[in-house]
Amino acid sequence: MTKAMDQILWHEVEPGGVITEPGNASSYHTGTWRSQKPVYIEEKCIRCSRCIIMCPDAAIRPDYDANIVTWNFDYCKGCGICAEECPVDAIEMVEEG
Amino acid sequence: MAEEKKKRILKPIKDFPLDEYIASGHRACQGCAEVLAVRHVLKAIGPDMVLAMATGCMEIISSPYPFTSWNVPWIHVAFENAAAVGSGVEAGLKALRRKGRIPDKNVTVVAMGGDGGTSDIGFQALSGMFERGHKMIYVCVDNEAYMNTGVQRSSSTPFGASTTTSPAGKARPSGQNTWKKDMTAIAAAHNIPYAATACPSYYSDLMRKVRRAAEVEGPAYLHVLSVCPTGWRVPPQTSIKYGALAVDSGVFPLYEVDHGVWKLSRKPKNLKPVTEYLKGQGRFRHLDEGMIALIQERVIANWERLLKLCEATGDKPAQSGSES
Repeated sequence: MTKAMDQILWHEVEPGGVITEPGNASSYHTGTWRSQKPVYIEEKCIRCSRCIIMCPDAAIRPDYDANIVTWNFDYCKGCGICAEECPVDAIEMVEEG
Repeated sequence: MAEEKKKRILKPIKDFPLDEYIASGHRACQGCAEVLAVRHVLKAIGPDMVLAMATGCMEIISSPYPFTSWNVPWIHVAFENAAAVGSGVEAGLKALRRKGRIPDKNVTVVAMGGDGGTSDIGFQALSGMFERGHKMIYVCVDNEAYMNTGVQRSSSTPFGASTTTSPAGKARPSGQNTWKKDMTAIAAAHNIPYAATACPSYYSDLMRKVRRAAEVEGPAYLHVLSVCPTGWRVPPQTSIKYGALAVDSGVFPLYEVDHGVWKLSRKPKNLKPVTEYLKGQGRFRHLDEGMIALIQERVIANWERLLKLCEATGDKPAQSGSES
């Protein structure tokens, strides 16, 4: 797991400043930006997957076994696109906290 | 709600892989449709690709050192030369393949830039790439201004938009007083095999166009309108809606130019009035009725010209979009 810039010591930097781990931005959790939080209403959901498609942060994943969609709140920035785009209002945005 | 409903089952989405090539944890603004467009483009191409990207929003949000969001080979280059670097990568891969140094498999080379990196600064390199006929895709993710440095106008900013370098005021009541540069038509004028416009609000159309662009022999150009809630001054949750409105009002029509044949990808029965699109956007807030009428007139004229072009070049009827 990559450390943040201010925690890396000079001798830990790879030669040439090379980043050796692809996709390591995932260790930075953008979920802390969130001021509103999506709440999933399972009974209303028609399983159209539109929220999964339209999430800019790829924070919504399908759970085929449980037959629901799940949010990864480490990355969800609370933009509200899923709630706005849901055709049946099965997602509600509530104040975080 | 007592009645028995048929239970809906969550199914895998057709032609929409769940692998992410731009990892979560990128620092795009809330509701950024540009990173959504990039996500869709990468999903459509898959892991066998090399991406050269000009400076811009997508570069700064994805790679603040020591992080990278990219799960595909990615080269960050200066503002002006994404297309040139992409050309070099394509030529290099071709040479290595010929010499047997790398496995003989198809690797899609993609160059990507914002509207500034495409229509202003990277224009010359882009034109050169088209002219030399490299087999690669150039994707312009167009958010209609230099958003990452604080909303400065570009030549892709539409008429009437207020930006920090074209502010609306007494001296210039319209804000931006030039019209948006029509990059797709310019690309098509190079006689390249494929040029198209797309919008992530109509994701299946966007992904189909990307796959088509990867298929054709020669350069392909994709112009993707991506709503920027920060720069357009709209609430973040409406970015998909405004993308769809831009398409349905004719401000940003979806079409493709496949080997010289112009084809509309989405043909609304009646265009929505532009006021529906302009309304609610902070950057158009100052527009008076006269200026809105001027924009409406221009949109209709462009739309009719597009219809005529489709009619003149295509022998097949225009298809409506596969996804609503």
